[in-house]
Amino acid sequence: MSSPWRVSLVAIGLAALALAGCNREERHSRSKPIGETVPAGTSPDTIWPGGTVAQTADPRARLYDNNAPAIAAGQQLYTQMNCVGCHSHGGGGMGPALMDDQWRYGGRIDQIATTIAEGRPNGMPSWRSKLTEDQIWKLAAYVRSLSGQPSKDAVASRAESMSSTTPQTLTPREPAHTSDTAAQ
Amino acid sequence: MRRVVDAFLVTLLCTATAALTGCSRSEPRQQLGSATVYGTVPAGDHAVAAPAASPADDGNWVMPGKDYAATRFSALNQVTPANVSKLALSFTFSTATSHGYEAPPLVVNGTMYLITPFPNYLYALDLTKPGAPTKWVFKPKPLAASQGVACCDTVNRGAVYDAGKIFFNTLDGQTIAVDANSGQQVWRTQLGDIQKGETITMAPLVAGGKVLVGNSGGEMGVRGWIAALDEGSGKLAWRAFNTGPDKDVLIGPRFKPFYPMDQGKDLGVRTWPPEAWKIGGGTVWGWLSYDPETKLVYYGVGNPGPWNPDQRPGDNKWTTGVFARDIDTGQAAWFYQTTPHDLFDHDDINEIILADIPWNGQRRPVLFRPARAGFFYVQDRRTGQVLSAAPFGYVNGYKGVDLKTGMIIPNPEKATHAGRVVRDICPASPGMKDWNPSAFSPLTGLVYIPHNNLCMDYGAMQANYISGTPYVGADVKMYAGPGGNRGAFTAWDPIHQKKVWEIPEDLPVWSPALVTAGGVVFYGTMDGWFKAVDARTGKQLWRFKAGSGIIGQPISYRGPDGRQYVAVVAGVGGWAGAIVSAQMDPRDPTGALGFANAMKDLPQKSTAGGILYVFTLAR
Repeated sequence: MSSPWRVSLVAIGLAALALAGCNREERHSRSKPIGETVPAGTSPDTIWPGGTVAQTADPRARLYDNNAPAIAAGQQLYTQMNCVGCHSHGGGGMGPALMDDQWRYGGRIDQIATTIAEGRPNGMPSWRSKLTEDQIWKLAAYVRSLSGQPSKDAVASRAESMSSTTPQTLTPREPAHTSDTAAQ
Repeated sequence: MRRVVDAFLVTLLCTATAALTGCSRSEPRQQLGSATVYGTVPAGDHAVAAPAASPADDGNWVMPGKDYAATRFSALNQVTPANVSKLALSFTFSTATSHGYEAPPLVVNGTMYLITPFPNYLYALDLTKPGAPTKWVFKPKPLAASQGVACCDTVNRGAVYDAGKIFFNTLDGQTIAVDANSGQQVWRTQLGDIQKGETITMAPLVAGGKVLVGNSGGEMGVRGWIAALDEGSGKLAWRAFNTGPDKDVLIGPRFKPFYPMDQGKDLGVRTWPPEAWKIGGGTVWGWLSYDPETKLVYYGVGNPGPWNPDQRPGDNKWTTGVFARDIDTGQAAWFYQTTPHDLFDHDDINEIILADIPWNGQRRPVLFRPARAGFFYVQDRRTGQVLSAAPFGYVNGYKGVDLKTGMIIPNPEKATHAGRVVRDICPASPGMKDWNPSAFSPLTGLVYIPHNNLCMDYGAMQANYISGTPYVGADVKMYAGPGGNRGAFTAWDPIHQKKVWEIPEDLPVWSPALVTAGGVVFYGTMDGWFKAVDARTGKQLWRFKAGSGIIGQPISYRGPDGRQYVAVVAGVGGWAGAIVSAQMDPRDPTGALGFANAMKDLPQKSTAGGILYVFTLAR
């Protein structure tokens, strides 16, 4: 091995050491583990003792809701993360149906994101340590689309699955019940 | 010209109609809910229950199967075909639960015990007082999160009474012993771990001083096992896994499987891709039988995981088969794999009825297994040798069973693979029959089989293993099989391997059966009819409309007043009824692992809710 090679090897080694010495906490990956930043959603409740409190949606909701690429990415995650095993293609099974218009914990995208991140006590697992924040919002965008809430130009015209579930472009748009207060 | 064309069309139409009519089966046209008779009850020597496993009836009902032979036969005979129409309601009781009720009531010396689906309440009702008031209720408080890892509704299949204690399992994986008089806990043992996707829904078997328990979670990538606890203390005596190395499976020198396909070292490892056996299923969520004479316990093993077969090339031992084990040590005596490398989720966990039959001029100790794959197996219970295996409904997923090798003959046309949808597979995933047990009458020698008539489309795909989440990898769609009826109730002659009579039912028959010495058979339907039919002819004699669909196990007992009672708990749900109990959306055909597609009309036919009904003859 020639000496210039050796020099460069040493240089690379030094650079690696220097990098290792950097404060890793300041390096942001494209989608960093969500840690403490979720829950994003506001309460699914509709009673506020003493009077109504103005509900403002999480600002991130706008970025993902009705966003075709986000819904499409969420659809892939829905299968990969085994959501489909419990909720099927929206009809439910082990977990509740997602294609109907009833939402136990709120049908707004930020509320759905909270449910995915935090889990719910009757069997919904908490995904905050398994998924990134970005992934959770994308999943929430897709889950919301199952119940026909986003506009038709944002949803997929064919199902990801092999069995013939009705394409979302052909399902009726329906308002979410319970606590969809921000939409009012 | 126009007239000529018309005439031609008419002729063509007529010919087509005639052809179609000609194509229909030559059997008599079946009518939903009424029996078609195919033969008569065999005369002369017939099957009887294994004597050591079926002691004389004392009028109680202490375990789901009635006895260790799992006959579900009551020797009481006050109720007969002649007077059953006079059955009248004696009392009712609300279980305060709304999920599928699959358990039987137990009756012990004037007290009735009910174990409910999650949250697994245990009620004691005083039968000596008018209206059977509640003596006590025991609430075990299982973890709420366990509901999220229970594949097919949050059911419980029964409790067991023995020596002053009631034994039962909770959805979150505990086995509990409660004092039968006071309702106080004696011990509780945590066996399952919901973080791994393990739940417990089966009814334990209590025998030989042991409480035998197995796990559920074949759809969650668990590793299946059966455990024996000491009856007095609840301490673990032994645990045998159904996958992995021989030492974990408790396979030792005593193990003598009958067929070469089940022989070899560490098959629980070598018939899987590397490490796949650790998440390969093989659970024990169904029924156990016990022969006190040989001290062997018999149980069936559930499906391999995931449902996508391409992720687990190999035979996937020891899933979808039957084990015989020594009850004291857990050591395996024999194993028979019903469906090596399962392609359809055909768990082999159904009831195992112990009987002695005349066979080629000799009496053979056998077991009867109406299996999910669609064949009625008669096997020597000492060795596992298959004496016969005839289909008791329409099967195209397999071509039969080779009695020489013991191997089921696959149908390559119906082989499921990742990335393609295979259509019209019969029977569907829940099988020709699922968990709900048959009844066997030693008086008629017939087995009364409640079952399905379902086919399916099966699209397998890659499944990812994430602990505590489903590990399935298949989109399934089920629908009615040939004839259009989704269920049937069949009286089967196990020696001549043929139907004696059959009642086609609109919905899958998800309720177990009961047969009595009076000659009456009881079963329920998912739209809430509780039916009594003649054990010899299948003729309907009486029916009662319950408040919810019936999937619970009917029993018969002698009350403190000496009269014969018949009891059943209604409460639709389970895998078949999850569309109601889990309030699913019927627009998704793949819901509840594809069962929803076959049950779209159930929400119009039944609502949820557990209610006990107890009947006796009106005076």
